[in-house]
Amino acid sequence: MTVNESRTSLSHQNYLKHLSQRQHRITAIQILIFVLFLLLWETSVQLGWIDGFIFSSPSRVIKTFGQMWADGSIFIHTGITLLETLISFALVVLIGTGLALLLWYNTEISEILEPYLVVLNSLPKSALAPLLIVWLGANMRSIIVSGISVAIFGTILNLYTGFSEVDPDKIKLIYTLKGTKRDVLRKVILPGTIPLLISVMKVNIGLCLVGVVIGEFIGARQGLGYLIIYGSQVFRLARILISSDILSASRKADPALYSFITSHTPFPPLPRNRIRPSFFSTFIL
Amino acid sequence: MNPLLEINHVSYAYHSKAGETYALSDISFQVMKGEFIAVTGPSGCGKSTLLSLISGLLTPDAGTVLLDGKADRSLNADIGYMLQKDHLFEWRTIYRNVILGLEIQHKLNPDTLARIDKMLTDYGLSRFRNSRPSELSGGMRQRASLIRTLALNPELLLLDEPFSALDFQTRLSVCDDVSAILRKEKKTAILVTHDLSEAVSMADRILVLSRRPARIQKILDIQFEKKGLSPLQKRNEPEFREYFNLLWKELNDSE
Repeated sequence: MTVNESRTSLSHQNYLKHLSQRQHRITAIQILIFVLFLLLWETSVQLGWIDGFIFSSPSRVIKTFGQMWADGSIFIHTGITLLETLISFALVVLIGTGLALLLWYNTEISEILEPYLVVLNSLPKSALAPLLIVWLGANMRSIIVSGISVAIFGTILNLYTGFSEVDPDKIKLIYTLKGTKRDVLRKVILPGTIPLLISVMKVNIGLCLVGVVIGEFIGARQGLGYLIIYGSQVFRLARILISSDILSASRKADPALYSFITSHTPFPPLPRNRIRPSFFSTFIL
Repeated sequence: MNPLLEINHVSYAYHSKAGETYALSDISFQVMKGEFIAVTGPSGCGKSTLLSLISGLLTPDAGTVLLDGKADRSLNADIGYMLQKDHLFEWRTIYRNVILGLEIQHKLNPDTLARIDKMLTDYGLSRFRNSRPSELSGGMRQRASLIRTLALNPELLLLDEPFSALDFQTRLSVCDDVSAILRKEKKTAILVTHDLSEAVSMADRILVLSRRPARIQKILDIQFEKKGLSPLQKRNEPEFREYFNLLWKELNDSE
């Protein structure tokens, strides 16, 4: 027994035990609900309560998944969507941060452009996708642009707001040390808004995925979005469900990534309510 | 001996859409090398504006500010400015916070870094050089912020209510610390404060400003019979209360 353990009282040990029991119970019930749902679904199809052709069934999904795994098509489609999402994400990070910095640097430009940004940001971006396909052709380029268009304006506005909200006294401090605007940028604005950058980027990867899938709905021959549309047209419901599962699994994965990043850097995570668009993006998917 | 700082007939007004606000009107005074000046007055009377004008962050509408007889202060770093809050950056360690000024002015060299090391040791912060600011107490943070200011070796120090964010007990001891440090480093300082006992216990001379637009209402010389007392010790001397009452009366007259 270590010194620490011998110091904890019995009541504290009981409390900890109670906590871990509670956590186990919650996890167990969560799994149980999932299993029950699958069982109910499968039985309903087997007993003919619902039409398996329209609603598919867990066994059909698993079978189709097995086939797609075997012929490798699932990897191609997932890989294509992943690649397109990452490319549009990278471009959003570069262009978005660059433009937000430009707006911060020159307040006159920001005042001129602000109404345009607000209008563009409130534009229903999914409506743009068909236009993009017409303008740029049914290729990867327009799908990537579709991904960018969903995320870029919100990024610029959010980052610009974050940059302008930095404590003016911290900026004054740099000037009292005889620094220039460039020093303000390098010593205060950028390092001070890294938590914001991370949280905005976390939202963006989801938004880019939404944009890419919308683009794939309309003009693609590969990718998860294509798989969903194709599946619905030929009544291969299992395919749609697999694609949707992969998409939702990827959305489950990024908060984990985010908390990993924030816990391994000295930056405290932002309060959740700062991340406005995340609700919106979950809504679309 | 020429004064280190000369303020001649300085006036300043803030402009906004709603109109202009006259902050300072015809301020003139001189500061000799090694002097400790306190500036006090009703709140919002333009005390901080005065410091911004001296530091060169603002340019006076009328009048001149001469440091060492020269009007152009943009090129030298002879003025250190300590703000109300410490503004230590949480994303930097204490050490990297105190070298911020040197970093900005590209003065990181063995000499300046050795000075930093010495100050950190002298003022009891060497153990915390790799700590984050949030791990330090309010008093330690204020000392770190003072080292950051002193790192640039300024001739003149401007202190803008640097103790107002501290609790009373910490405030008394940091006052003592800062005053000892400034005496040791032989610095000239101008302290803006609304705390009259702080002004009396720290300053050699007190400037009382009137309500906005601020004029100099009174300049009070502070002399204690015993020499070399710390601010805390001065609070127990009979002169302390006399000066305090004098100041109190002066400020209430200006209301």
